[in-house]
Amino acid sequence: MSNQATLSDNDAGKITRVEELGYELKISQVMTTNVVTFSPDMSMLEALDLIQKNRISGAPVTLNGEVVGIISTEDLIRALRDGRIDRKVSDYMSRGLITAKATDKVVEALKVFQKKNVGRLPILDENNKLVGLLTKGDITNGLLTALQRDYQAEELIRYRASHLFEDIESDRTSLILRYRIIKDDFLHGGAASNHIKKALHRLGASRQVARKCGIAVYEAEMNLIIHTTNGGFLRVEVEPHKITMEAYDDGPGIDDVEKALTPGYSTATEEVRNKGFGAGMGLVNIRSCVDEMTIKSSKESGTNLYMIMYLDKSQ
Amino acid sequence: MNVMQVIEICKATLLTPDVDLDVDIKGGFSGDLMSDVLASVQAESVLITGLCNPQVVRTALIGNVRMIIFARGKKPGEDIINLAIDENLPVAYSPLGLYEISGRLTQAGLPSYEMEMNLFPKD
Repeated sequence: MSNQATLSDNDAGKITRVEELGYELKISQVMTTNVVTFSPDMSMLEALDLIQKNRISGAPVTLNGEVVGIISTEDLIRALRDGRIDRKVSDYMSRGLITAKATDKVVEALKVFQKKNVGRLPILDENNKLVGLLTKGDITNGLLTALQRDYQAEELIRYRASHLFEDIESDRTSLILRYRIIKDDFLHGGAASNHIKKALHRLGASRQVARKCGIAVYEAEMNLIIHTTNGGFLRVEVEPHKITMEAYDDGPGIDDVEKALTPGYSTATEEVRNKGFGAGMGLVNIRSCVDEMTIKSSKESGTNLYMIMYLDKSQ
Repeated sequence: MNVMQVIEICKATLLTPDVDLDVDIKGGFSGDLMSDVLASVQAESVLITGLCNPQVVRTALIGNVRMIIFARGKKPGEDIINLAIDENLPVAYSPLGLYEISGRLTQAGLPSYEMEMNLFPKD
């Protein structure tokens, strides 16, 4: 095309997956390959028989593998109206041939169908030999198949994980994820929580639920890194109806749990604050993200934080 | 607004040229304390921060943030950049401060994606 403008980023954003596929797929991937052909010397009656037998609406006429014309039902109707159905195919075939190359992208064929009033395109190889036939229906089928393939690939991982619970029969099925969190390991701080968030998403949780649980365990994880004596553990139990998250450690325990729940209250050191923590929002954030939060803390046995998120059936 | 528009407005330098830059940034959030970010950032936004460590990237990922601008000329190290690349998150740094960047983006039409916080509703 002569005045084909370059796509701006803005336009590119609007291109649908179907249009994209038009640029990705080659004609050879969507065309019909077992092509019925006519010979120029065949009678129109023989062509009619072939068309009926194969339930097609037209076919190319070839001579030694090269396309010399095309016959459609319209040409047959003309022959019938003239009462000359015994005449040769070469007398009635269309000769102003429009073809496409098998290696061209599907979008090129779409342009031809849009501009020219043709129903089918003979598809040629690099030696101009007929290798297939393309209709708009072939393109639609090809695009749908490709979309289906895309979709299946994307869904497969998610499907496998999210159907885990349906595939296993038991009185109570759950999946438990455990992470050891090391004291002062700021370098990896938040890594476990990101793994948990991704796992929940894979298991079929909505973005919203995965994000909320992610925030809750992230805060809990950072608390284990910042405030414990020896680090601690994160334990996430996933069941079809709820997600239970636990963070536990062996000390030193929270002095005043009530105070710790006050927004902005923090016991973090200046050093920790310089790292961007100790806003005094950790437990506050957790409480706003999950459905239930319980803290048990003592100097003797450390702190246990329970967080529960209930899932309704739509999630 | 897209990633490159944000970068141009805040005189920033992109540090992750190979990640997917064709994402729609719907709003902005500024802050240095990660818990504050998680408390009130809305998803699909750009996070502007003066803090410069790997937790910024992990916080952004947890909060479904779509882009990070490190302000006040703080250029993040390789570890931070590589983490962002692994997670396909655009990251840039700017010589400007938080207030200046926020003001410029707001003037350019990018709304605040900071939720109002009413933490003491009885007061």
